[in-house]
Amino acid sequence: MIYLDNSATTHPHEEVLRSYQKVADVYYANPSSVHRFGSEVERLLQQSRTQAAQLFGVHSREVIFTSGGTEGNNMAIKGIAFMHQNRGKHMITSSVEHPSVMEAFRALESLGFEVTYLPVDSEGKVQPSDVSDAMRKDTILVSIMSVNNELGTIQPIREIGQIVRPFPKAFFHVDHVQGLGKIDLPIKEYAIDLCTVSGHKIHGLKGTGALIVQNNVSLFPLLHGGGQELEARAGTENLAGNVAFVKALRLLLEKKEDKRAHMSSLRNQLWHDLIENQQVVINSPKNGAPHILNFSVPGYRPEVMIHALGEEDIFISTKSACSSKEPDVSAILQACGLNSDRTTSALRVSFSYENTEDELRTFVQTLNSKIEKLQATMGR
Amino acid sequence: MESIYLDHAATTPMHPDVIEEMVPVYKETFGNPSSVHQFGRSARRLLDQARRTTASSIGANEKEIVFTSGGTEADNLAIIGTAIANQQKGKHIITTSIEHHATLHAVESLEAQGFDVTYLPVDESGAVKTEDVQQALRDDTILVSIMMVNNETGVIQPIEEIADLMNSHQAYFHSDIVQAYGLLNINVKELPIDLLAVSGHKINGPKGVGFLYVREGTQLATLQHGGEQERKRRAGTENVPAVKGFEKAVEIITEKRTSYREAYRRYRNRFIETLKEESVNYSINGAEDKTMESIVNISFPGMNVETLLTNFDLSGVAASSGSACTAGSVEPSHVLSAMYGAEDDRTTNSIRFSFGLANNDDNVEQAAKKVSQIVHRLSD
Repeated sequence: MIYLDNSATTHPHEEVLRSYQKVADVYYANPSSVHRFGSEVERLLQQSRTQAAQLFGVHSREVIFTSGGTEGNNMAIKGIAFMHQNRGKHMITSSVEHPSVMEAFRALESLGFEVTYLPVDSEGKVQPSDVSDAMRKDTILVSIMSVNNELGTIQPIREIGQIVRPFPKAFFHVDHVQGLGKIDLPIKEYAIDLCTVSGHKIHGLKGTGALIVQNNVSLFPLLHGGGQELEARAGTENLAGNVAFVKALRLLLEKKEDKRAHMSSLRNQLWHDLIENQQVVINSPKNGAPHILNFSVPGYRPEVMIHALGEEDIFISTKSACSSKEPDVSAILQACGLNSDRTTSALRVSFSYENTEDELRTFVQTLNSKIEKLQATMGR
Repeated sequence: MESIYLDHAATTPMHPDVIEEMVPVYKETFGNPSSVHQFGRSARRLLDQARRTTASSIGANEKEIVFTSGGTEADNLAIIGTAIANQQKGKHIITTSIEHHATLHAVESLEAQGFDVTYLPVDESGAVKTEDVQQALRDDTILVSIMMVNNETGVIQPIEEIADLMNSHQAYFHSDIVQAYGLLNINVKELPIDLLAVSGHKINGPKGVGFLYVREGTQLATLQHGGEQERKRRAGTENVPAVKGFEKAVEIITEKRTSYREAYRRYRNRFIETLKEESVNYSINGAEDKTMESIVNISFPGMNVETLLTNFDLSGVAASSGSACTAGSVEPSHVLSAMYGAEDDRTTNSIRFSFGLANNDDNVEQAAKKVSQIVHRLSD
C-alpha cells in the first residue's frame, strides 16, 4: 500500500496513539473539577499548553486548543469580525483559501461584511502589492494561508505581515494547516495575530488542533459555555487529544531539517520522473512546499485515475478532500487562470516524511502504465 | 490511597471496550471520509454505521444526526443555529434559569444581538412548570430550550408535557439531554422534539465528540463553515475514531441501561442511608421522586462548599459543587439559587455526588463514611 494523500489526512504516529491511550485511560477527570483528580488533569493540560507554546514560540496564554483546523479558521475569522465590527467591516483574503476560510467569509458577507478576494498568479501566489492596494481604513482582518492545500504554493506571509502591521485596526490571520512543520513560520517575527493548526495533518489525531491568538487580540467566541480555554472556547477539554497533538507536534519538529530535506528530494525526484511523460503537466510551483505536487493529465478524468491507482493500492487525490464531492473542476486551479483541460484533470500527490523513494518510483511507473492502458481503451 | 470518584456528571472514565474500538480505527481506517479512494470510503463506512447506531438509539433517522465536538458545541449549534436561521419569524427565546452554561451563555450571546430571552424560574423541587412555558410562549417565540435532566441536582424536567404543549406552536423545541442520554429511554418518534444535544464523555465515551439530533425539516444555520461534511451543518474533517468509540459507548449504555440504573439507585440509596446511619445533618436538594439515580445533590447545613470539597478531596473522595464547567471556581450554584433564592445557605453548602462506572457498593459506602466523618469533624 502506498499512501500519498497526506494533505487530506495522515495516519497517527504510534507514539501519539500511545500517549492518547494512556492519558485517556488514567487522566479522565474534568480539569474544571476542583478535586485533586481534576487538578491533576488541569496541571497536565497546562503542561501541554506550555509545551505547545514553546514549540510555536509564543506564550502559553496564546494557545487555544480546538477541535481542528475548520474550527480554528472559523473561530479566528468570525471571532475577529464579530468582536471588532465597530472598527470596520472590511476583510481581505485570497481566492485560493481552504473552504473553511472561504465559506466563513461568505457567511460574513451575508451578514453585511465586505470581503476582498485577492487574485493569484498562475502558480497560486498572492502578490504582496495586491494586499497593499486592498488595505483600507476599515479593514479589520487579512487572512491568507501559509501553504496552499492543492498546489503547495508558499504564500509571502512575511511580506504580507509587514504590510498589515502598520494598520492598527487590522489583524492578520494565517491558516497554517498545510504549512505546519513543512515551512518555518515564526509567528511573532512575521507579525501574525492568529494562526490555525490541525493535528490530523501531522500524524496526530482527528478532532485536535489549536488556534494561536496573540495576547492583545480579543475574539468573540464561537462556542459559549464554561470558561474553558482562557474563556475563548467553551467545552470540556479533550486532554488526551491535546496531549496527543503536542506529541505529534514534537515528533514533527524533531529533526525537521532532515525531514524537509527528505521530502524535498522526494518531490524533486517525482517532478523529474513525471515530466518524462509527455502527457503530464505540472501545476505546482517549482519552489513550493516540500510535500505537495499537483499535476494534470489533460484528457483524463481525475476520478478515473484515482480509481485505477486505487486498484494497485496507491492512494492520491484530486483536490482538497473537503470539496471532493463537487465535480472534477478545481476552483483553485481556475483561480490560477489555468485552462479547462488542466483544471479538470488535476491530481494531487502529498507525502509525509515517512514515504520513500521506492514508493514514488512505483507510483510513477503505475501511473504511466495506467495512462497507457486508458489510452488504449479510449482508442486514442 | 485510591480515590473514590463520585463526579461522573462532570465526566466519566472511558469504557475499556470503547478505547479498544478506537485504536484499530486510528491505525487502519485513518482516511479522510471525504476522500474518494478506498481509505476515504472505508472511513466513510464506519462513519455511516456509527450514524445509524446513534440515530437508532433515539429512534431517529440517520440524516438527523450531526456529529459535533461535544455537548457544548451541540447546544450552541442548536440554539444559535435555529435563532439565526429563524429570526425572521420572531426573536423571542424561552429557556430556564437552571440550564447548563453552554445553553445560558449561548442565549446570552443572542440577547446581545437583539434577541429577547425569557428565563423561566423553577420551584424548590428543581423542576420547571409546564404552565410557565405555556404562559411565556408568544407569537414571536422561535425557540424553547429546556434541559431534560439538570446536571447539578439530577432533577428530571417535564419534557414530554412541554413537547406536547409546543406541538401546536411554531417555536422549535431543543433539549440538552447530556445528563439524561443513555440512562433514560428517549424516542423521537414518540417525543415531539426538534433538537437534542448529547455528549460522548458523559457516557463513558471519548471526549471531543457528541451529537446534535436535528429533526428533518428544522431550519438550522451552521456555526462552523467549510467543507460539506455533516450535510453542511458542521464543517470539518469528521473525527472517525472518536465517533467509532462513541458508537461503542452508545451500544454499551443502551444494552446495560437497566442494570446501570439499578446499580446507581442502589449506590444512591446506600450513600444516603449511610449518612443517615452516621447521623449526619443533611438535606437533599430537589424532589427525590423526580431525580435521576445517577446524581444526588446534598446540602450540609453550617458547612461551606469549598472547605467540604477540599476535605473530601484530601480523604480521597472526588465530588463537586455543581457544574464543573465554572472552570475551577467555586461560586454559589446558579441552579440552587434559582430553586431557593440567592441568599439561601444551601447555595453555598451543597455538594453533588454522581455515580457511574468507577463505583461499586463498597466504595460508595466507604465514601459516604468518609463524608460523614468529615462533616462531623467540621461541625465540632
